[in-house]
Amino acid sequence: MPLDHATVRTIAQLARIRIPDEDMEGLAGELSTILAWVEQLREVDTEAVAPMTSGTDRVLSLRDDVVTDGGMRDAILANAPEVVDGFFAVPKVVE
Amino acid sequence: MTYLIHGETGDWEVVVGLEVHAQVISCAKLFSGAATDFGAEPNTQVSLVDAAFPGMLPVLNRYCIEQAVRTGVGLAAKINLYSVFERKNYFYPDLPAGYQISQYQHPLVGEGVVTIDLKDGSTREIGIERLHVEQDAGKSLHDQDPSRTFVDLNRSGVALMEIVSKPDIRAPEEAGAYLRKLRSIMRYLGTCDGNMEQGSMRCDINVSVRPAGENALRTRAEVKNVNSVRYVMQAIEREAERQVGVYESGGQVVQETRLYDPGKGETRSMRSKEFAHDYRYFPDPDLLPLRLTEAEVDRIRQSLPELPDDKKERFIAEYGLSPYDASVLVAERETADYFEQVAAGRDAKAAANWVITNLFAVLNRKGLGIAESPITPAHLGRLIDLIGNNTISGRLAKDVFDIMADTGGDPVAIVEEKGLKQITDEGAIEAAVVQAIAANPGQAAQFKAGQDKVVGWFVGQVMKLTKGKANPQQVNEILRRKLAE
Repeated sequence: MPLDHATVRTIAQLARIRIPDEDMEGLAGELSTILAWVEQLREVDTEAVAPMTSGTDRVLSLRDDVVTDGGMRDAILANAPEVVDGFFAVPKVVE
Repeated sequence: MTYLIHGETGDWEVVVGLEVHAQVISCAKLFSGAATDFGAEPNTQVSLVDAAFPGMLPVLNRYCIEQAVRTGVGLAAKINLYSVFERKNYFYPDLPAGYQISQYQHPLVGEGVVTIDLKDGSTREIGIERLHVEQDAGKSLHDQDPSRTFVDLNRSGVALMEIVSKPDIRAPEEAGAYLRKLRSIMRYLGTCDGNMEQGSMRCDINVSVRPAGENALRTRAEVKNVNSVRYVMQAIEREAERQVGVYESGGQVVQETRLYDPGKGETRSMRSKEFAHDYRYFPDPDLLPLRLTEAEVDRIRQSLPELPDDKKERFIAEYGLSPYDASVLVAERETADYFEQVAAGRDAKAAANWVITNLFAVLNRKGLGIAESPITPAHLGRLIDLIGNNTISGRLAKDVFDIMADTGGDPVAIVEEKGLKQITDEGAIEAAVVQAIAANPGQAAQFKAGQDKVVGWFVGQVMKLTKGKANPQQVNEILRRKLAE
């Protein structure tokens, strides 16, 4: 299933990745190849096979409802582009 | 009750479904050990998991799941023993991971029902489509700075239940009743405090309209993030009217996200969000599917308190209350408990009356909840006893009640201290009656001339003489006898 450029643009936009025009052709080709390979997997009959959700036999671990974390504002904000009064400050995102 | 919009081309029916986001009451977050308390200093209740630092892994809070199951059981819903957490992908500054961990194809809770109580005393069932568990995003503040948005991640990762109704709601009033009932059930269960002002319960509204009698559903618009019951009702009304206008002027309603502006009383389109609506859900590879056992669900089922609908039925059967009074009293568990303490061993209808009419008025005026009531259930009960055994008249009881509300005092002591005991002594009343008649020979003559109404005037005179303490019934009887002599 070859992808057209518009679809690749949409995928890139959803992932917030900027793609230069000159990379478009190559990328569309690579993505199409990946999808073609996944298509191939569909040929295997998995009708009677339950979906595998993990590579191990483990069950989901659960945690008790106890406060054990937090209270580390400096660490949380250490990589913020800008900090104002303990908040992350980012360019305005509302029109 | 039928709610219709009368358009130029005919009547239109409104079809509404609600998505409620209810914050789970828990100490720690859904996937991290950070605290959930409301109102903390910004970014102080954030773990590295909540801020999506690289390599951090989510670990599910068992209690949050129990809370969601408890809510599901309270909605008479199917509990799915197998459910899956998926990633819902979108970009926003208050969502540090770039995805929200939610449930999609396999929610924890399936179909259920909420019975709503309407003003006329009737009830209606609104279907629940599903309830799923997800994490909340952080909070963006857009109004603190002209050019920047401030982000607080304290809320990031707090457990939410998204409760999706079926499109069964047909009127703004029903939407209001649904939200109030849902909130009431969750408060009884202790799973969500339902505080819409603090955002612990938020509502998205799906609205469509169709000509009355048409069966197919038409395109719906979604009104996002409405934060009070009143605004939900207004937003439905306004949005439905807008859609009728669109159809009647030859247009088509488009599926889109809108915002309600309470100041202007209108909804408006959020165009910027349209493109983002491709969430590309997929199972979260950091989390295995959640498996519960029937025994675990049963244990939760057994631990459920009596819920508002059952309590309402019991109040009607046990105390002989009207459906309306019963539904008012059971809306809050604390009110229901208060009423039952007052009603124990007494005239339950009188107890209901005092609570609904007088106590609620006092609490409203003072801005207090029932837990802070200056009048204890024991004192209100004693006041009703004083009326019942003719110690005070109903009229004076209101005065005693007002004193109780201001001082928190015991009615027995108040009556004693202020000398408000009702006069039931025949002789004393007769003396007052005789005095009243002697002082007003003109009015007495009117009675003899057949003017029966003058009796009422005389009752007032006798009451004045006895400072309102004479038993009104006895006054009436003795007056008629004496006037006729």
